[in-house]
Amino acid sequence: MKVILQNLTKKFPGRDRKRREEVIAVNDFNFEIPDGKLIGLLGPSGCGKSTTLHLISGLQKPTGGRIFFGEDDVTDLPPENRGIGLVFQNYALYPHLTVRQNIIFPLENLKGKERLSRDEMLEKALEAARLVQIEELMDRRPGELSGGQQQRVAIARALVKRPKVLLLDEPLSNLDARLRLQTREEIRRIQRETKITTIFVTHDQEEAMSISDGIVVMKDGVVQQIGRPQEVYDDPVNLFVARFLGTPPINVFYGRLQENRLYIGEDAVMEIPGNGPGPDSREVYAAIRPEGFLLREDGPLCCRLEGVEVMGRDISVISGNNACCSGTIRSIIGTENRVNTGAESVRFALMPGKVFLFDRETEERIRFGEVSGAASGGVPGGISGAVSGKIPGGISGAVSGGSSGEAARGSLD
Amino acid sequence: MEKKRVPLGKLKNSGLKGWLYLLPAIVFLGAFMVYPLIDVFVYSFEEGYNSASQTYFGVGLYNYSYVLRDPYFLQAVFNTFLLVIITVPLSTGIALLISVGLSSITPLRNLFQTVYFLPYVTNTLAVGLVFMILFKKTPYSDGLINLLIQWFGGESVDFIDGPYWAKMFVLCFYTIWVVMPFKILILTSALSSVDRQYYNAARVDGTSPFRIFRRITLPLISPMIFYLIITGFIGAFKAYSDAVALFGTNLNAAEMNTIVGYVYDMLYGDSGGYPSFASAAAILLFAIVLTITCINLLVSKKIKI
Repeated sequence: MKVILQNLTKKFPGRDRKRREEVIAVNDFNFEIPDGKLIGLLGPSGCGKSTTLHLISGLQKPTGGRIFFGEDDVTDLPPENRGIGLVFQNYALYPHLTVRQNIIFPLENLKGKERLSRDEMLEKALEAARLVQIEELMDRRPGELSGGQQQRVAIARALVKRPKVLLLDEPLSNLDARLRLQTREEIRRIQRETKITTIFVTHDQEEAMSISDGIVVMKDGVVQQIGRPQEVYDDPVNLFVARFLGTPPINVFYGRLQENRLYIGEDAVMEIPGNGPGPDSREVYAAIRPEGFLLREDGPLCCRLEGVEVMGRDISVISGNNACCSGTIRSIIGTENRVNTGAESVRFALMPGKVFLFDRETEERIRFGEVSGAASGGVPGGISGAVSGKIPGGISGAVSGGSSGEAARGSLD
Repeated sequence: MEKKRVPLGKLKNSGLKGWLYLLPAIVFLGAFMVYPLIDVFVYSFEEGYNSASQTYFGVGLYNYSYVLRDPYFLQAVFNTFLLVIITVPLSTGIALLISVGLSSITPLRNLFQTVYFLPYVTNTLAVGLVFMILFKKTPYSDGLINLLIQWFGGESVDFIDGPYWAKMFVLCFYTIWVVMPFKILILTSALSSVDRQYYNAARVDGTSPFRIFRRITLPLISPMIFYLIITGFIGAFKAYSDAVALFGTNLNAAEMNTIVGYVYDMLYGDSGGYPSFASAAAILLFAIVLTITCINLLVSKKIKI
């Protein structure tokens, strides 16, 4: 079932009696979720992602805008008539009922023609339980289950009525790290098997990136960017999105554009081709992904070496630079590199596709490649080409992505 | 890791220390709870006890047989059981209704909660007096209730000094009125402690309000309901002041005595001065309450709402 959100807006009246300002939880949300996709709503706490989910579920009424499931306008329908399954953050399993009774509960609410016989209900419940692999736990109570098992029961309960849309509210936040990894694969598998359009809410970007077909990044009720996870990662539209995605987080520097070059501090770190801002300098933010650093003896960016962490799979170099506005710089380099830990400083070359420029005022992305035509190389960042001599061939190929403009407009095919 | 041995002397010492900490509690509980309990038990078996000379004839079950044959005691037992059976289920049920109503309204909820809680902080005897005046009927004037009954075309009844059923009605009505605030307080807090997520989950599944109440709310607050029923039983069995407030101290004459009232009369009433009979009656009351409470606990464990 396709889900369409049209100018969806939700305002809450101010709680404070003195300041009766409205809180805009969701502001003019437009999005079309294709049938059978897994979509992650992503953002920091209080960005309106859970509210959006509640609006889709019908537990809350929107202040403005419409919601469509397929062709049907469901905006004014109560939750039970929308054909949704909702999994709550704390699962909301009824503690006094067994797993079987919990799963059957939604079926028992059906009335009239839709009502099934007892045997059919049990059969359906078992079917749902089998899907999430908990059929041997049917006679336990929620209190006797682990967090992961409770999660599965909650999903089974949401699925038992064969909903058109499945909604998950922070599905993994109550699980420990290992279970989280396992459960997110599980959610992916269940979604693939059932082909139910699924929307889940998370503040964990890794979670969203790893399993979803598309992610929606929100901030203060406003959608920042919509796209496939890799696209959004490779081509953030503003500094917020760039900062929000990726672990370790992106490194942000105060930079300056002058004479077709990007300066960080006094170092001219990169050529900016074509339509540079001319002779006048322009203050920018230069954000560099941790994996965008290349250890080079003659690299243009010089940083104070503060530490090296060997992670096994790769090496994380922690360094400092006066122009860095995100504290320390954390860069990730391959284990084939050797870092002299005694050295005072370390020099990096930068991978163009991993460097993004943002306006200092608006924090919007500054794109150059599109105009200069340099993007033809397939690097979505758009600053490609000019410094290609410094990039080992293998890497520039790795960061190829789709065309960058598509992503921000809010459709995933 | 090597196991450390605690020297025996030290262990003993720490035990002693523990008892020392417990000493104040043990002394107070012993002097004011355990000793009186045992004493009552002993009194109840001492036949012909004279409180002036502190002497008795012998030890036996005569006190019990006297009390159990005393028509006043039997009347008191009958009254008490009637009171318990009528007021406990009714007050708990009505309190549940009011609490559910209170928790489903938002405007003025605080006001209503205060109003419903007010009886709890008012004095029993004062309220009893008010009830008496409300229900009274004298040759010269009718109470407000009787005026209402006449208004609707009924015949006025003397609820305070009239037929047995009328007096019992007033006693039950009054008891329910008095115990209600506490029950409402407990139940509203129990209701508000139910996680809203359950209701949301039930709503998404299209559960009808009645079914939500029956299958979710009620089971989740059932521990509190059982608590109220058990304490309600105990409280009602020990009723006394309510009857006094309504019918005065001569409860035997009014046929409105309760077991505790009987105990009081045996000690200090017109027929007073019989601590042995009073003790026997008190022990009988204790046995009744203990039995009922055990049955309650068993039932509450068996029944799954």
